[in-house]
Formats: sequence, C-alpha cells, structure tokens
Amino acid sequence: MTTTSESLAPARVRRRKLPTELSILLVLAGIALTFELLGWIFVGQSFLLNQQRLTIMILQVSVVGIIAVGVTQVIITGGIDLSSGSVVGMTAMIAASFAQSADWARPVYPGLVGLPVFIPLLIGLAIGTLAGIINGSLISYTKIPPFIATLGMMVSARGVAKWYTKGQPVSGLTPDFTSIGYSIWPVVIFLGVALIFHIALRYTRYGKFTYAIGANPQAARVSGINIEKHLIKVYAIAGMLAGLAGLVTAARAQTAQAGMGVMYELDAIAAAVIGGTSLSGGKGRITGTVIGTIILGTMTSGFTFLRVDAYYQEIIKGMIIVAAVVADQYRQQKRKKV
Amino acid sequence: MVSPQTMRAVRESGAVPNAPYLLEIKNARKEFPGVVALDDVSLQLRRGTVHALMGENGAGKSTLMKIIAGIYTPDSGSVTLRGADIRLKSPLDALENGIAMIHQELNLMPWMTVAENIWIRREPLNRFGFVNHGQLNRQTEELFARLNIDIDPEVQVSTLSVASRQMIEIAKAVSYESDVLIMDEPTSALTETEVAHLFRIIRDLRDQGKGIIYITHKMSELFDIADEFSVFRDGRYIGTHASTDVTRDEIIRMMVGREIIQMFPKEDVPIGEVVLSIKDLSLDGVFSDISFDVRAGEILGIAGLVGSGRSNVAETIFGVTPASSGTISINGQLVDISSPTVAIQNGMAFITEDRKETGCLLMLDIQENMQLAVLQDKYTRFGFVTQGKLSAVCEDMSQKLRVKTPSLDERVENLSGGNQQKVLIGRWLLTNPKILILDEPTRGIDVGAKAEIHKLVTQLVRQGVAVIMISSELPEVLGMSDRIMVMHHGRATGFLDRSEADQVKIMELAAQ
Repeated sequence: MTTTSESLAPARVRRRKLPTELSILLVLAGIALTFELLGWIFVGQSFLLNQQRLTIMILQVSVVGIIAVGVTQVIITGGIDLSSGSVVGMTAMIAASFAQSADWARPVYPGLVGLPVFIPLLIGLAIGTLAGIINGSLISYTKIPPFIATLGMMVSARGVAKWYTKGQPVSGLTPDFTSIGYSIWPVVIFLGVALIFHIALRYTRYGKFTYAIGANPQAARVSGINIEKHLIKVYAIAGMLAGLAGLVTAARAQTAQAGMGVMYELDAIAAAVIGGTSLSGGKGRITGTVIGTIILGTMTSGFTFLRVDAYYQEIIKGMIIVAAVVADQYRQQKRKKV
Repeated sequence: MVSPQTMRAVRESGAVPNAPYLLEIKNARKEFPGVVALDDVSLQLRRGTVHALMGENGAGKSTLMKIIAGIYTPDSGSVTLRGADIRLKSPLDALENGIAMIHQELNLMPWMTVAENIWIRREPLNRFGFVNHGQLNRQTEELFARLNIDIDPEVQVSTLSVASRQMIEIAKAVSYESDVLIMDEPTSALTETEVAHLFRIIRDLRDQGKGIIYITHKMSELFDIADEFSVFRDGRYIGTHASTDVTRDEIIRMMVGREIIQMFPKEDVPIGEVVLSIKDLSLDGVFSDISFDVRAGEILGIAGLVGSGRSNVAETIFGVTPASSGTISINGQLVDISSPTVAIQNGMAFITEDRKETGCLLMLDIQENMQLAVLQDKYTRFGFVTQGKLSAVCEDMSQKLRVKTPSLDERVENLSGGNQQKVLIGRWLLTNPKILILDEPTRGIDVGAKAEIHKLVTQLVRQGVAVIMISSELPEVLGMSDRIMVMHHGRATGFLDRSEADQVKIMELAAQ
C-alpha cells in the first residue's frame, strides 16, 4: 500500500475525552465530604483536616491496594483471582520463617536465623509468583474456569499457611525485614506498584494484549496472541503482588499468622470493581483501582471516626459496593444507547 | 387487528374461522441497520401441506421464518393466521397461537429428561404443587405413541443422538397442539434411515391437517417431501409452485436468477508464482482431502453452502484449528502452521467470517483494534509500544481505507458494519501480508462499502498478494475470483475457472 493521493483528507483531531476516572473521583469526593459534614455535626471536628487520620487511612488499605493492582489485571482478561488473600497468609508465614532474628527463642529454622533481608523477600515474591503460575496454568491448559482454579488455590494456600507451623505464629522478625512495613513504606510500595502496572497496562505490549484478551479472546487468538502464555503471565503477576502484600503484612505486624489476609481477595475485587473495572473483561484501569481502594479506606476510616458500630459498618460497606457497581452498569447502558 | 390472546381463546373454543389459508404473510418488509433483509415478501401456507422455502444463503428465508415464529416483528406488512390478522410479539406468543419452530441448533436442555424438556413450564402438578412425574411420563408416552416415536421419556437428553433430539423437538411442537410447524434444515445432521423416519412423521403430521414450512438446501428433499415451494432471492419473493410442476434446473434458475451486474472491479493482473500450496488437508470429522494452489496476484474463491466446511478450511490454514493431516507449503517450503502466531509469521492474514465473534474488540477503540496484529513483532521497543509511530501509521491506514469516524478514539462498537470491516482489514494490512484469507468479507455491509472493499482487494492482488476469498454471495465469488473451488459436505466437489464459472454450475456442485 503506497498510494498517497487518498490521504489528502484533513488530519483528524485526537479528541480529548474526560478521564473515565472522573466519575469515580466524584464518588470519592462525595463520600469524603459527607463524612466531613457529619463529622462537624456529630463529632464536632473535621474529618479531612487531620493528616494523621488520612495517613492511617491509606496505610490500612495499602495491602489490599497492592493485591488489587494484580487482581485488576486478572479481571481485565475476563478472569478472577480468589486466592490472593490466602496467598498473603501463605507467603507471610513462609517468608517470615526466613526472617527471624538470632536472639529469638524458638525460631522455625534454628540454623537459618539472622539471614540477610533479601532472602525472605525473594522467597516471598517467589512463592506468590508460583501460586500465580499454578493458577494461570490450570486456567490455560485444563480450561477450568478461573473462579474454580483460584478457589482451589484459595483453600490450599490457606491450608499451607496453617500446616507450615501447625498454626503457630512466626515472630521475632529482624528489624531489616520489619522496616518494609514501617511508617508509610506500605503506602509507598502500593503507589509504586500501582505506577509500574499503570505504565505496563497503558504503554506496553503486555498491557495491550491483556485488554485484547479480555475484550474478545477469539479475536485476540486469531490476531496471533498466545492466550495461554499471556494468561499465565497475568496470574503470575497477580500472585507475585499477593506475595508482596504478604511480606508487607507480616512486616507491619512484626509477626506472621496463618489467618492473615482473610477476605482480602474480596476487598481487592471490590476496589477494582468500584474503580470501574468490568467483571466481563476488557475494561479497567489501575488509576480507577487506586481510587477504589481509597474509597474503601475512607469508608472504614469515616465510620470509625463517626464511631459507627462495627456491625453496621460491614452492612453499609456491602451496600455501597453494590451501589457503586449498579451505578457503573447504568452509566454503561446509557452510553450504549447514545 | 386481533390480539394473540383473543386468537388463542378462539382457537381453544374450537370455532376456527374458515379461512382459505392456514397462514398468510402479505407484503412483509424487514430492515436491519444497513440491509434490507426482506422486501415485499408474501407467503401462503395451506392446511395439510408441506411448503418448502428455497433460496441461497441470505435470500431472506431465515428472516421470514423468524417473523412467522415471533422472533422478529416485520417493519410493515401483515401476518394472517387462520383468517385473522395477528401481531406476534414473542416466540412464546407464536407458540401459544399454534406456531412452533424447530430450530437448526436444537434448544433442549441436555441435563434434563426427555419428558421434562417437552413439558417445561407446563408440568402436571399434584395437589401439593410438586411435579407429578408419573403423569409427566405417561403424557409423554401418549404423545410419542401418536407420532410413532420410540424414546424413553425418562432418559437424559444429553445421552441421545441428534436425530432423537430432533424427534423430541417435533414432539414438543406437537404437544402445544401447534398446527404451523417450521423446520429449518432438519435433515442436515441425520443419516438416511433417520431422514426416512423423520419424513414419515412429517407426512403423518401433514395428513392430520397441519401446515409445515420446510427450509432446505437439498433439491432431492424438495421433490420427496414438499407439496409446494416458494423461492426467495435477495430478500425478495420470486414465486410459488407445486413441486410436481418443475424441474431441478428451473428451480436453480429461479434461485440464482438475476443478471450479474458488472459491479466488480476485476482487473487482469499478472499471475505469479505459487505462494500457498495446500495438499490433502483434512480436519477429522469436518473436511477432508482439500488440495489447491494459490499464486501471487490470484484470487481463489471458495463457494459452498453454509456448513460445507469452507470456513473450517480457512481456519485450519491459518492455524486456528490445526489440521489432522495434510501439508501446507508457502513459497515451496513446507510449514507447520500450529497456531495463528505461526501463520502471521509466515505472512498470512485472516479476516474472519464473524466480525463480532472473532474479529472486533467491540469495547475498545479503533486504534487498539487496528494495531493488534502488527504489535506481535513490530512497533515495540523493550516491550514498550512506540505509540506515536504506531498511531500515525494507524491514522494513515484508516484514512486510506476511508473509515468514517471522528477519531481513532471512537469505540468500534459504535461503527457501522462496513467501517468495522475496514478496521479489521486495516489491522491485517498493517502486517503487510503475502497471503490474505477473506471469509465473507462483505457480509451485512452496505453496497458502497462493499464496492470499496472489492476495489481494495483488487489493489492488493495488483501488488502480488495471493488472496483466498470465501463468500456465500455467488455474484461476489464470480465477479472477483480467478478460480473457484466449490465445497459440499467437507469435500471439494469441483474447481471452476473464471471463464467457465456461472451460478448454475456452482449451485450444482454445492447442492448436489
């Protein structure tokens, strides 16, 4: 194709659209302002103008946020990952057992105490990645639905976490290891991985293929994409991020327990979906997920601030998650009609 | 206009008006975005007859049938059932008015029993509101006895053959006391004995006074089972005749009829070396022993009815469903096309039959759709997409193809069929293919866009691309191809050269 005569038409302007995150950002602003207002009415102080509260708020959801960055990518391919919460528990336990300090009384591996910090960190990431590779391979090569494959991993990984020390917590972690959970480091890690995968999704071939597979797997296959290999990559990344979340959780708590991360997978899915990721695949952004994560954090923090009973908190949180998705569906349908 | 509810009441009271026709369609018209599927079509169905609908793919038979079955409502025209005008709003509506359709792809629930399938929604209940299974099975046995069907009502449908499932569908239709039965190519998956049994049942039903609309592509069946037939072409009604009055050739002529208007910009271009050579290619149970060569600058047309295996051959050549035996050579070198990735590396491009299913990423924008195939090995550096360069190339391509859109950010979902097709063509032209496979390249798109696509294909062959073009539209195949391979039942039944090919010859090879 070398003809040029036909390309004399005026160059089209690439229209700038409003970012899709705008609407979800407005939801966040709405929720925050509601708490601000209620704060002045019922508690007599500002909700937002309290730096400490805001820091704690983001700190609390960073771990879920790290997981959500991975889960978002899985959901964009049209899949789901239910195993991330259990992978948090499993990696926390195993990694912590290699991060115990020499002066701790009863370490898991008495011969392996006081190891340099990179060893437990690499072990944690490797175990998470391995769990993800198993998920991805099951989905790609046995063709079982992602829901089932990751459900199996969810149960088994939790089992591994409990079996590993027969339910005993792993404590006495080295200061080097716990330092990654210190202060605002979890937030930095969360925003760091969010930035990395935001770039990966938008500007790399990896990202383009991820969206293509979610939008239409057959078309992606006919276009020459090796769907099986790519899905394994995506699940491996999600597993690695869950592993990272496990490291951060153990470091922050300065101990590892088999029950860590329970239900985190659902919070992560909720964060992604609130942030505009479509469960049917092909659509979603990390920026949306970050905002979705912050919305979850704001809710928890706001309810605590208003001294709402913990039982009510969960009831209301559930309703807000559903409402956010209903609103999103409605928005999409409206757009289609135009 | 009588409401379906009133009709039903009338029918149930037994006071059926004495109308000359059981069902009559007058001047029906149905338009879909960009295409007129039916234009001024009429049909009259008498009691106690089997009425065949004949026509090429896309002639409008299916649309007409769906109107009768309440799946579509016509834009204009009338439907008269037993002498009263009705307007069917849903398939259920049609069913309750005594019109039942037996679909080509059967609609049974495989994990439920035969009896449960037939009486779904109408299960006999006992006084506690539970399903009375004894009564359910007895009812089914009675029904089967009436139809001479021998199937155990309690067996799970998933364990039954296609033929048995078809019988169950027919029994289900009869169980609604339907007197208009629509059958869409019911014999396409049956053996000869099964066909004989089916025909026995159809004749019984006819003798009971039912009217049967029978869609088929097979000439022999027409003479075997049909009393009358109507021919359609390009969404228009051509005529109705008694099946005893006409010969096979006359019917074919009615079906293809039209003069070929020279709307195809076919040019004589120098034909070069053999680029793609296929030998004894087979895919178990789908097609077998397909052999052909395609040369640079040549267009090989593949004709045949839907289901003859045309698209499967294309998918196999492209590695979507790798062959079970046979060889593929490109430029004289044997290649093992085990996946589309390998096919693309070997310079192939494939524009699939179904734009929505296997082509477009509907929810993504034009840019993302167009760049998909070329991203395999170009326009990336260290994994990062060189988006600036790539966008410029896509922009160029979309202007060259005259994609009508305000910008490349537009979602493909919002484009017309013709523009979606252009985006897909653009996707593949960016890869600079040496072999281009087109499966129904102009289906469902308007005449203007069709002509543009034909012109484009002509430009490509002039540049030495080897093209394989599958099409159900005979004028398109005849107008564009240098040679035509005709397929029937997974086999190549003949090759026709451009100089000797005409519609009648193709139909003879395709319908046998």
